[in-house]
Amino acid sequence: MDAQTLSYIFVGLSFALYIGIAFWSRVGSTKDFYVAGGGIPPLINGMATAADWMSAASFLSVAGLLAFAGRDAAVYMIGWTGGYVLLALLLAPYLRKFGRFTVPEFIGDRYYSDVARVVAVICLIFISFTYIAGQMRGVGIVFSRFLEVDINTGVVIGMGIVFFYAVMGGMKGITYTQVAQYCVLIFAFLVPAVFLSIMWTGNPIPQFGFGDMLNDGSGLTVLQKLDQVTVELGFTAYTQATRSKIDSLAIVAALMIGTAGLPHVIVRFFTVPKVSDARKSAGYALAFICVMYTTIPAVAAFSRLNLSESVNEVPYAEAPAWVGNWENTGLIAWQDKNGDGIIQYRAGKALDPVKPNFTGERGKYGERLVSNALTATPNEIYVDRDIMVMANPEIAQLPNWVVALIAAGAVAAALSTAAGLLLVISSSIAHDLMKRTFMPNITDKQELLSARLAAVAAILVAGWFGINPPAFVAQTVAFAFGMAAASLFPPIVMGIFSKRVNRQGAIAGMLTGLVLTVGYIVYFNFMEPGLNNAEHWWFGISTTGIGTVGAALNILVTVIISRLTAPPPQEVQDMVDDIRIPAGAGVAHHH
Amino acid sequence: MSREPVPKNNNETTSNGDTVYHHDEAENLPGHSHHDDEVLSEANLKSYWRANVKVLITLLSAWAFVSFVCGIILGDWLDQFYLGGFPLGFWFTQQGAMLCFVVIIFIYHFWMLRIERAHGVDDDSVNHDQPSPQSPQKREA
Repeated sequence: MDAQTLSYIFVGLSFALYIGIAFWSRVGSTKDFYVAGGGIPPLINGMATAADWMSAASFLSVAGLLAFAGRDAAVYMIGWTGGYVLLALLLAPYLRKFGRFTVPEFIGDRYYSDVARVVAVICLIFISFTYIAGQMRGVGIVFSRFLEVDINTGVVIGMGIVFFYAVMGGMKGITYTQVAQYCVLIFAFLVPAVFLSIMWTGNPIPQFGFGDMLNDGSGLTVLQKLDQVTVELGFTAYTQATRSKIDSLAIVAALMIGTAGLPHVIVRFFTVPKVSDARKSAGYALAFICVMYTTIPAVAAFSRLNLSESVNEVPYAEAPAWVGNWENTGLIAWQDKNGDGIIQYRAGKALDPVKPNFTGERGKYGERLVSNALTATPNEIYVDRDIMVMANPEIAQLPNWVVALIAAGAVAAALSTAAGLLLVISSSIAHDLMKRTFMPNITDKQELLSARLAAVAAILVAGWFGINPPAFVAQTVAFAFGMAAASLFPPIVMGIFSKRVNRQGAIAGMLTGLVLTVGYIVYFNFMEPGLNNAEHWWFGISTTGIGTVGAALNILVTVIISRLTAPPPQEVQDMVDDIRIPAGAGVAHHH
Repeated sequence: MSREPVPKNNNETTSNGDTVYHHDEAENLPGHSHHDDEVLSEANLKSYWRANVKVLITLLSAWAFVSFVCGIILGDWLDQFYLGGFPLGFWFTQQGAMLCFVVIIFIYHFWMLRIERAHGVDDDSVNHDQPSPQSPQKREA
């Protein structure tokens, strides 16, 4: 069977599984809808958290990011995973003890303020929508590449599936589908990685193969060879860092704090039965994530090696089949700058602008011509970074079912994240805005209905973003993490560890952090993109790292303003005392 | 499909852990209805919280060390050492820091469990009159 038919079958089967789970886990109360009744075992929750958090970008793009940026991209790996330590140590157990449904609810209650709650809801919605647009687009792209349907049709199919299990099953449906999605995506990611590792080193474990000797008898390790090849082609050596230390530190910190402040991740820890389960499931979540995230650098290294070895200085007519296949999808472009018919892969951009604009005509070797200006660098080939994962099965000459597996895995990664985000959006609207702020008298049934309607509305908005992606999709990572770091994380942590911080301090701090971070990112990415370089940045910190400064300023402002104003009321201080001890969180009450 | 009975408002059930100070104000709060349970002494809670903060400082130092120090600040210097085929600083950025993070979280979990049991505030101890390490009222999850 060809890869496309198999992809249809695999993706179709995975969809049938998700819908089946949705039927089995449909819910009837708001507590089930928001936090799955608080009855998810920690291991299951850990797995669901891992799928929730690993997005389409984790699955498709991060390996490519690492492959091309080498050690510089490692700050992302440390930042994203290190956030779980903050989450487990500083947030998860206390928020579980607090025992309610949403992140804004904690902020609203702790700071005894509707304003604080509404500010938190606005941050949450903004973070979640910037994130979700990319997921919906991811579903569409996978559909278009593997199943050859239109991107927009792909987005609509993705919306339909998420609609089914998020609206019906709420948190409960999402949790169990995420468990299934984790299994699908991790299997899909590991299989090609194992074969790549065997191909280059003979070692079946990619994490170890990555540090092994090559099996070509050269006597070099994978990394020595990579350094040698990259330097020969004019790049910085693969294992060398070029980013300034201060910017690296700021980016790592911003991504860590941002990860710990992502509402769709935090809310997963509201679903376990006990406080100790929240800690434990954060550990499981990170362990499950690390299965994938320690494989990614290995995949990155092998694919970079592969690109340099099998494409460079090879005549186009004799290039491996995958080059032509992916050229047809627009992810590879080759322009014969020196007219020798041979592919030269070198440092520097091949085309200007970077992404190819195909003219629809073919050149004399059969290559697709582009209308881009050719740059002065000797580099002749454009390679999209997503290729590093998607083309792997072909590069490693794996059977067609592995290609189909990648399609199903990428869709699983995108859907699981999208569903988690949709849920926090809908629960914030129904619970924090309606029930807790503007319509306190609605019944549980009405609230559940509004949560479902809000989920439907959120899916439609997300789908619209998927079909009409905003121009800034590439910058959304900086945005979402920066905002989460500068607005949500500080008030939650301070609310737990200080009894003195109060309403005035928290609101002022959140707004300061938010305005600074958003302003900085908007200024450098949209208003003055020409100035977006280390010379003009504050302290040499890039827009990706500015969340650290935003968070620090948020904390400073909160502490100062709180000192100058009255302490929180006694019952709030008692509440803080109460969430600090684990006892009594999940015990059925005995009245 | 069976659903376990769950309290609508968890605050009603959290009284066990409440402190003894502010008895009077506590009257109006839903969370403070079980005065007989409020036997945890303020001193015990304070020492529990101090132990907790000590754990956090220790483990967050380890967290910062493997990520910021080994991964970035001393990364180039560590590259002169090797772990198998990996320069050590490079290894920390690609695998080492992540593995340490997982270990840190599990150490935290088990360390806290011990501290909580010693102070009788773990989530299995329902009755605080006898802070017993293994409370019989284990709740099915």
